[in-house]
Amino acid sequence: MNDLSGRISWADVGLALLLVAVSMVISRMRRTGLERDIAVATFRSFAQLLAIGYVLDFVLGGNSALTPLVLLVMVGTATLTSGGRGKRVPGAYWIAAISVSVAAGGTLGVLLLLGIVPAAPRAAIPLGSMIISNAMNTASLVMSRLRDDLGAHRREVEAHLSLGETSAEASAPWHRRAVRNGMLPIVDQTKVVGLVALPGAMTGMLLAGASATSAIRLQLVVMYMLLGGNAFAALVAGKLTVTRLFTADHQLIRSVRRVDS
Amino acid sequence: MGDRFEYRNVRVDGDSAPIIQAFSARIPADGLTAMVGASGSGKTTLLRLLNRLDDPDAGEVLFEGRDVRSYDVLELRRRVQYVGQVPVTFPGTVADNVGAETPHLLARVGLGAELAGRDADRLSVGEAQRMCLARALARHPECLLLDEPTSPLDTASKAGVEALVRSLADEGLTVVMVTHDPSQAESADRLLRVGG
Repeated sequence: MNDLSGRISWADVGLALLLVAVSMVISRMRRTGLERDIAVATFRSFAQLLAIGYVLDFVLGGNSALTPLVLLVMVGTATLTSGGRGKRVPGAYWIAAISVSVAAGGTLGVLLLLGIVPAAPRAAIPLGSMIISNAMNTASLVMSRLRDDLGAHRREVEAHLSLGETSAEASAPWHRRAVRNGMLPIVDQTKVVGLVALPGAMTGMLLAGASATSAIRLQLVVMYMLLGGNAFAALVAGKLTVTRLFTADHQLIRSVRRVDS
Repeated sequence: MGDRFEYRNVRVDGDSAPIIQAFSARIPADGLTAMVGASGSGKTTLLRLLNRLDDPDAGEVLFEGRDVRSYDVLELRRRVQYVGQVPVTFPGTVADNVGAETPHLLARVGLGAELAGRDADRLSVGEAQRMCLARALARHPECLLLDEPTSPLDTASKAGVEALVRSLADEGLTVVMVTHDPSQAESADRLLRVGG
């Protein structure tokens, strides 16, 4: 089996830029106006990956004590991204931070405790990054969906509250829907894995020359980990969002209800 | 009998200016009180303070002489039922919506017993509004807050709901009703004017 991992030179990377040029030409021809974004994305991907490459080389090369710091920076960035997208929910940054941390801590914790993956930076950093980025999307989805649904259905929510129900009871149908909506993408992805796309972790191992069966074992662990991580993130984001969209006295907060008169 | 509700120097802030400012009024326990005033004067906002769907930014709202915030809010809302302008039906049948006493309550709000098994979202607007009243009455409230309960109704169902509201007030419920309708205001036991 050929191991491609050491074979790609910087010149090869430069040549692959031809494909970026293709996308720019197509964008220009079809007037999508995306040329600038493509250029920015290309540059950013280069700079960000180069930076993390050096960081990882440094951490993996005998500085494994820095692993928690690397994960913390990832959680921080995910928090800023997700919190920014959910900002119509009060305290969105906190909700994002807690959801992502619980997802990462919970799933990595289980994998390490059961000895499924070794407690080494080489495992913790890439797996952690996958959980964190998935949990980030899930937290954003759950927060914005719940905020939008409770706003759109405020009459129904207040009808429930008026009958003497708690905010948890009054928001239950929309809470359930938002959590479901947050978990669905990864469930669907897990269903079609291998049929539609060979996912990243498996592709990486195959390119690095591993056997297909060991590549799928890793991929299975990754998928299960993402299922678990997203469930944690959806659960925590949903619960915290509900508590921030109502007051302690079971009132919808004013920004959600906008009374007419 | 004393006052059921009292507003004391209440202010409620809107996005830019106050919706309600320095508002004081008393609502006695007996009969039907109609809350009237120009649109945008804050009638709905004032009504919602009574069951604490909202709280004032300044001043106090009293229920039976005590600040509404000193009651357990869920218990307060059970005792002070609120029915909004647009009837809200929950998934399921009319009986699912109204609960254990459905037959008796349907009769009380003037709906036929045969409606008990019907899907609530297949009721006409008039029937749905009556069902919402039955659902509120199922909590055995002492007060009923109604926000323009007849505004989405046609003339025939409107007269029916008006008569029903009147009879509930006569049976001893404290009814506070926001209305735009001059004839409804006239038939009330007293008027509470909001705004200029």
